[in-house]
Amino acid sequence: MLTYILRRLGAGLLLLAVVTMVTFAIFYVVPRWAGRTTEQLATMYVGRAPTPEAIQATITRLGLDQPIAVQFWEFVRGIFLGAQYQFGRDTIECSAPCFGYSFQTYQEVFPEIVARLPVTASLALGAGIIWLVGGIAVGVVSAVWKGSVFDRLAMAVALAGVSLPIFFTGLLTLAFLVHAWGLFTTPRYVPFTEDPFGWAQGLILPWLTLAFLHAAMYARQTRAGMLETLNEDYIRTARAKGLSEYKVVLKHALRPTLTPIVTIFGLDLGLVLGGAVLTEQVFSLNGIGRYAVQAITQSDLPVILGVTLFGAFFIVICNLIVDLVYPLIDPRVRIHN
Amino acid sequence: MTESPSPPAASGAVVRVENLRVTFPTMDGDVHAVKGLSFEVPAGGALGIVGESGSGKSVTSLALMGLHRGSRARITGAIEVVDTDVVAASDKKLRSMRGNDIAMVFQDPMQSLHPQYTIGNQLVEALRVHRPQVSRARARQRAVESLERVGIPEPATRINSYPHEFSGGMRQRVLIAMGLMCDPKVLLADEPTTALDVTVQAQILDLLDELRRELDMALILVSHDLAVVAGSVDEVIVMKQGQAVERGGVRRVLSEPEHPYTQALLAAVPRVEVSRAERRAQDRADRAERDRRVSGGVPGGSAEPAGATEAAQAGRERADEARTSAVSGAEPGEGLGEPLLRVRDVAQRFRVRGGTWGRSSDFWAVRGVSFDLHKGETLGVVGESGSGKSTLSRMIMRLLEPTEGSVEFEGRDITHMAERELRPLRQHVQMVFQNPYSSLNPRLTIGESIGTALKVQGERDGRKVRARVQELLERVGLEPHHYNRFPHAFSGGQRQRIAIARALILKPKLIICDEPVSALDVSTQDQVLRLLSELQDDFGLTYIFVAHDLAVVRQVSDRVAVMRKGEVVEMGDSDSVYESPRSEYTRQLLTAAPVLDPDEARQLRAERVRMQAGGIA
Repeated sequence: MLTYILRRLGAGLLLLAVVTMVTFAIFYVVPRWAGRTTEQLATMYVGRAPTPEAIQATITRLGLDQPIAVQFWEFVRGIFLGAQYQFGRDTIECSAPCFGYSFQTYQEVFPEIVARLPVTASLALGAGIIWLVGGIAVGVVSAVWKGSVFDRLAMAVALAGVSLPIFFTGLLTLAFLVHAWGLFTTPRYVPFTEDPFGWAQGLILPWLTLAFLHAAMYARQTRAGMLETLNEDYIRTARAKGLSEYKVVLKHALRPTLTPIVTIFGLDLGLVLGGAVLTEQVFSLNGIGRYAVQAITQSDLPVILGVTLFGAFFIVICNLIVDLVYPLIDPRVRIHN
Repeated sequence: MTESPSPPAASGAVVRVENLRVTFPTMDGDVHAVKGLSFEVPAGGALGIVGESGSGKSVTSLALMGLHRGSRARITGAIEVVDTDVVAASDKKLRSMRGNDIAMVFQDPMQSLHPQYTIGNQLVEALRVHRPQVSRARARQRAVESLERVGIPEPATRINSYPHEFSGGMRQRVLIAMGLMCDPKVLLADEPTTALDVTVQAQILDLLDELRRELDMALILVSHDLAVVAGSVDEVIVMKQGQAVERGGVRRVLSEPEHPYTQALLAAVPRVEVSRAERRAQDRADRAERDRRVSGGVPGGSAEPAGATEAAQAGRERADEARTSAVSGAEPGEGLGEPLLRVRDVAQRFRVRGGTWGRSSDFWAVRGVSFDLHKGETLGVVGESGSGKSTLSRMIMRLLEPTEGSVEFEGRDITHMAERELRPLRQHVQMVFQNPYSSLNPRLTIGESIGTALKVQGERDGRKVRARVQELLERVGLEPHHYNRFPHAFSGGQRQRIAIARALILKPKLIICDEPVSALDVSTQDQVLRLLSELQDDFGLTYIFVAHDLAVVRQVSDRVAVMRKGEVVEMGDSDSVYESPRSEYTRQLLTAAPVLDPDEARQLRAERVRMQAGGIA
């Protein structure tokens, strides 16, 4: 078991290293292939009407004229040891872990992301729980009462959920539930530590909107998996023992059905933790996703790079957790020796 | 036999079925799976229900458990188990019967246990659902006893294991132990040994027999194989298309069957005591007879089942005459010149990953196997699962490269030949696989499936390919106009014929048959074996016939190799291996092989018990 954990951990770290390398290459190497000169790259870090001197200064400051390997090395070193940038006479300190420094907002990227993390995490975890529980419940009921009115209705709604984008459902809920009918307050973020009730109240609408999209997929997945599991021989064995249908479904059929769903959940949650771009944008929540959108519109390279790495980090972490939880759910995965 | 329901219930019947009909409504109208079946099983009695696939035997066993509830099946008639009216009882009453009064053991032990719960959990659950007042600790103790009862070693620790940590035979024991948890009065076993090896099959049947006697349980044993039920039941029902065509004491049914279907079924069961020469002579006689009829138009020759049976019997008589001549006359290829295939000390090693730092260890799937095979000969390879027989055939096909040793085909060393050089030789060695359902591409018409190989070998003319395929379809007993049909339109036996046609299209010299009939019903199995034998006569084919069924192997093989754990424990001409086995393992296999004579079956059972007591097993 320990070997399994170590191996998974090692694989996770390796994956992160590769992601860092690829992301770095996308931002610093690919533009050069596309014909950008060092000067043009440097322009992105300077103000609107750059003087040649300012550009040259930026190049030396950021080391853009260095070989790419050196630049990458500096970047990685920054993550572990911090970095310093010469800015005229001042020295800008970017303390470890330094994931870059935005020369447009004059702020370190990492603290900015960390500051926005509670918003995104609250959104992701709340929505995640709702879509997981809701989707599975609907899927199970649909499978057990296959062909019933509930099943058909639920699957029709699920189809809608899968096909409607957040900016549509989100704006619709805002327009009707908040502004027209006043059923919900305008979404906003209140830290949980300050006011747990306000926290939930402010986020309920984003949660539901984000969860609706995912729950739809989970309901369909669960229903399909459940129908397949209910045909397994061991379900017949369970019935032949004299178990009630309730126990057959909830003890014997549900667990195998959930196994693949846990995998998808890990991926989805990691994705949303890296920034629920559309949801945050639609409901004006100042999370990582929104930070990314701002950075993209302003071509703020260090921020984009930092956010991308963070997103990747969350996906890798969530996958790692799934890998570690998996043997608990499915004993066949356990390593014997 | 659509006779009136059986005589009034004898006192003490634990299962009573009267005029049972099970109907499945489908788009094409109703399918009558069971049509008016009646039987009774007394307390402590044993009934065998035998029939081929589609005969309604499994539908009947599910109906006994009331497991059709909630499906679309319509059930009429009366089913009474102990004191539950299965047809009319409430769901609650039915649940209290299941597992408590009647327990069921299913066909596939690999699939019938929940993979994600320990067997202890599943056993405890089986008891506590009916006796909630029993404490968890007490139930666990009872589970350990039950596991011990069915012969699971170290039950107190094994109870915490998951199903995948057991072999197939052990899993079947666990399922039986689960069935025993509530001391049921009836144990219903639906094909309990079909997925198991012969020796394991014998062990499970022995266990069922022993439990039945010691716990005074009634046993209902459902199987497609008459030989499986022969030694274990008192009474037999033979089912065909939803009806009981014959019933009676097991001795009477097996020795003097009345119904032509039972007779045909019995004739089709491969017998371990029938030699290759006898079987071949009989096949040839039957064929001559059939040809004569087709050309001569003997009146009444079209009455299929009865006619075929007559022919079979006539053939058998002639076979007896032919036997002497066949044995004395040298079989083709015996000891003549250069062998077609020469295998020397081949071995196959697989690396098994595992260990703390991913260290690998070696596993020898096959080790030190040597033999020569001459043109027109058939080599049978018998062994249980994991004996290396499939690995051996893959090495000969050069789908695997032998780790050690050499394989020569027509004098050319192909052991390490590069794929490019090998390709032209591939047409000479073809293979027929075990599962006719998964070995044909469902998206290709059978014509395409068969013809592909010809195109791969360079035939460009589509019409020629088609003509050749159609000719072959006819040769293997199908219709030329089947060319454009897809595999799903064919039965298992027909699919295996298609697979044989596919192997034949390149006019191979050697065909490796890997368990070609093990997925088929006995009568279909018989037909496919006949076809293979005819093709050998017509095309002078050489076969390597890999199977776990001892009787089948004897009837098709000139020589037999018995494999165990990757090594050949005994090899020789088939009659001497079967009649005077030198190796202990072969002897063990032979005593485990199911036989049709109930008395002999019991005698063999006694012998197995003795061998086990002697510590040989």
